[in-house]
Amino acid sequence: MKKADKFVKNAAGRLVPTMVNGREVVPFMGVDKFKPDHRGASLRIPSCSDYPSDGNKIIPTLKEALIKCGLKDGMTISTHHHYRNGDLISNQVFDIAAEMGIKDLRWFPSAAFPCNEPMIKHLESGVIHHIEGSLNGPLGDYCSRGKMAGMGYLRSHGGRIRSISDGDVHIDIAVLVASAADMTGDANGIMGKNPFGPMGLACGDAKFADYTIVVTDTLVPYPCYPWQIMGNYVDFVVVVDQVGDPDKIVSGTTRITNSPDRLLIAEYCADFIEASGILKDGICFQAGAGGTSLAFVQFMKEKMIRKGFKSRALMGGSTKFQVELLENGLADYIFEGQAFDLEVVRSLRENANHIASDVFESYDFHAKGNMARMMDAIVLGSTEVDVNFNANCVSHSDGRMLHGIGGFQNCMIGQCTIIAVPSFRDRIPVIRNRVTTLVAPGELVDVIVTERGICINPKRTDLIEATKNSGLPIRDIHDLKAEVDRICGVPADPKLSDEAVAVVEWIDGTILDTIWKVEK
Amino acid sequence: MAQIGTAGNYGKDIRSDCQITLELTDSGGLQIELISKIKDFFGDQIVALAKKELEFFEIKNANLKIEDGGSLDYVIAARIEAALKKIIETKKEFLLEIIPQNTNQTNRDRHRRSRLYLPGNTPKLAINAGIYKPDGIILDLEDSVAPDRKFEAAILVRNTLRSIDFYGTERMVRINQLPKGLDDLDYVIPHHVNLVLVPKCESAEQLEAVNAKIAEIKKARNLDYNVWLLPIIESALGVINSYSIACVENVIGLSIGLEDYTADLGTQRTAEGTESFFARSQIVNSARAAKVQAIDSVFSDVNDMEALKQNVLRSKALGFDGMGCIHPRQIEVIHHNFAPTETEIEKAQKIVNAYNEAKEKGLGVVSLGSKMIDVPVVKRALKVLELAGKEGE
Repeated sequence: MKKADKFVKNAAGRLVPTMVNGREVVPFMGVDKFKPDHRGASLRIPSCSDYPSDGNKIIPTLKEALIKCGLKDGMTISTHHHYRNGDLISNQVFDIAAEMGIKDLRWFPSAAFPCNEPMIKHLESGVIHHIEGSLNGPLGDYCSRGKMAGMGYLRSHGGRIRSISDGDVHIDIAVLVASAADMTGDANGIMGKNPFGPMGLACGDAKFADYTIVVTDTLVPYPCYPWQIMGNYVDFVVVVDQVGDPDKIVSGTTRITNSPDRLLIAEYCADFIEASGILKDGICFQAGAGGTSLAFVQFMKEKMIRKGFKSRALMGGSTKFQVELLENGLADYIFEGQAFDLEVVRSLRENANHIASDVFESYDFHAKGNMARMMDAIVLGSTEVDVNFNANCVSHSDGRMLHGIGGFQNCMIGQCTIIAVPSFRDRIPVIRNRVTTLVAPGELVDVIVTERGICINPKRTDLIEATKNSGLPIRDIHDLKAEVDRICGVPADPKLSDEAVAVVEWIDGTILDTIWKVEK
Repeated sequence: MAQIGTAGNYGKDIRSDCQITLELTDSGGLQIELISKIKDFFGDQIVALAKKELEFFEIKNANLKIEDGGSLDYVIAARIEAALKKIIETKKEFLLEIIPQNTNQTNRDRHRRSRLYLPGNTPKLAINAGIYKPDGIILDLEDSVAPDRKFEAAILVRNTLRSIDFYGTERMVRINQLPKGLDDLDYVIPHHVNLVLVPKCESAEQLEAVNAKIAEIKKARNLDYNVWLLPIIESALGVINSYSIACVENVIGLSIGLEDYTADLGTQRTAEGTESFFARSQIVNSARAAKVQAIDSVFSDVNDMEALKQNVLRSKALGFDGMGCIHPRQIEVIHHNFAPTETEIEKAQKIVNAYNEAKEKGLGVVSLGSKMIDVPVVKRALKVLELAGKEGE
């Protein structure tokens, strides 16, 4: 079986395979063009009577639990990155599989982190056939070099739950880490010894997987409430000494930048939102982690205080800066998909208006609407954009995979999607003629904000009109690109091979672009 | 003379700069080794530039190592030239094309509310400095450059003046303390610097020497533009001589450096600034007497914007027109608080209206209510309105 086969040009002009890892896939047809014509995934039907009559589902070890789930060659195992770089369990699952001589597993994580580097040995030995999930760090590099037996498959958070509910990906065993659980499997991430935040990335897995294992280090008497994973979906509970390291959910991107360039970009984003009239009492907005986003939240806070406004709802993943807004009465609610620091975890525990949301609610394209759509403004980072407003967030300009998609594509459905980027980084222009990897179609990107000016998508005549006398540096994107090229010089095109190593899926399940093997 | 020359900086956290190691050899032609994370994109261009430069200096055999952290051509060229000039004597200069924006002259009495200091040997900070729209940027060759880096900094500053677009900001260079500072002029005067800051200035004679050297360079190179001088008074003697200093030709203002001044007095700089009250007032007085601008010292706590604001308001109340800054975030606070207040604007508008009315009616005397208005008052009012307009941008 070829990793990828039967390439065609899709509606975005990108060469993509229509066979990926032996499964037939649909090339991207355009935004909102593809509607699946089948019904969704079918569920294994369990019965209450199949489970212990006292409700106690505790199994002594993870290995025994995996054996009870029927772990065997070729299965799909899902895990989650709630502990981000402090994940201790995913690696253990595959160490156990290796010990048992199991081969050809598909690892289906919500994201992989540098702490998952040990998975490389399982890829090399054949325990894992391939990974489908956001790849970054050493694993992204491994896949970029074409070393993985199967194709990498990059999906957004929303795309991942979609692929499960549509039946594209059938999970045999979901291994869910929880900071607290009871013996029947009710679980959350905000109590216990090592709390990490919401479990929203795991809810869909628990519902659709054949078997679900909850792993925790803090067993509480029934009920573990509030539960984000309900015991009704759980087959087995395993108690370990330590389930994860919450100190490592705080990544380097949770401090406000002190770079003047980034502060300026953040300020322009907030200024744009004000000048365009999007800033109003009751505004809903989203900004994630990352130095620029955090600074953006601070600038929004200043504006809201000055105007006497209040936000109705903020969408995370958030940090202590959003929590401050909530606690200072500048926001009514936070929808939390992912905690980026421990203040968020505390707030989730203490504040009923800080709501742990699941990915189905926030991002799923096949949901009947979602939270991202309700956001008046969304600010995102990116590795590259192009003159047609297309955006890339997974690969660097040399084609190497370095980041996951996260919620990037899902956020495109917001009312005003703003990409905040420097116009160049270390001499490499961020504004290109054509993004190296297409992750978000330009028609959905409304505004690109850089330190040298703000470019509005020509499609958004309303925003152009609203900001034309604002005094903000609104610029034509070609003009901005020309300036950046004058500063940096025009870079040579990256040398990519014609060997596909991964695909990028659009939120509707079609194939948007291909990531090619990097030479060297 | 050593046969290996080095210049520039390279390391994990150093961006937009490069380190050059150049060894002249007897044979083997030009061997260029490039280590750079942007090699895939700019490798060929960088090697071609290096080759062209070495050929320009008539170097036939050399081993050149470029360790690059994403530097632009003007930086690479400056670093190679500095490394080379450490091992050979040459009067030649490898100049990249000057960008047309950087050949303008500035007006004597333009706004100088903010001037942003940029360490002359740190390219990363210069590249985007203009986007913050300070009234001026200062490429510093003095205190922010280590003594053993002064030489390479002068070449880098020269190239910066030619290659970096500062978006209409006045291009200033702070030279070293005299007499060394006179040598710095060779690197900046021919390259359309708008203004030279002369540190630790104590006498009019020092500025005469600067003017003489500038005149000499202009004559030799046939240059016809003016270069303004902004002396920085940093000693008790300088304060005493400030009026004669302000009267020297091409001087557009007096500035004060409080760190050195308070040290000279044998006291400490405080937030309230009681110890420098006399000096600051004297500087303002001398400047006004000589009809030049008065420009205050920098405020060094870059995280305390409220304290900066208070500092600016005190400075404005004393009569200063502007001050230095060391971080781009200070610029807006400075502009905002040096800007005229509503009352000042209103008053200025009335004066200007009265003046225009009188002019229309052909009246020789301008009056507002029962008060006569002199021409300098009108001029000042016009300036207030201009400043107000500028601030509103």
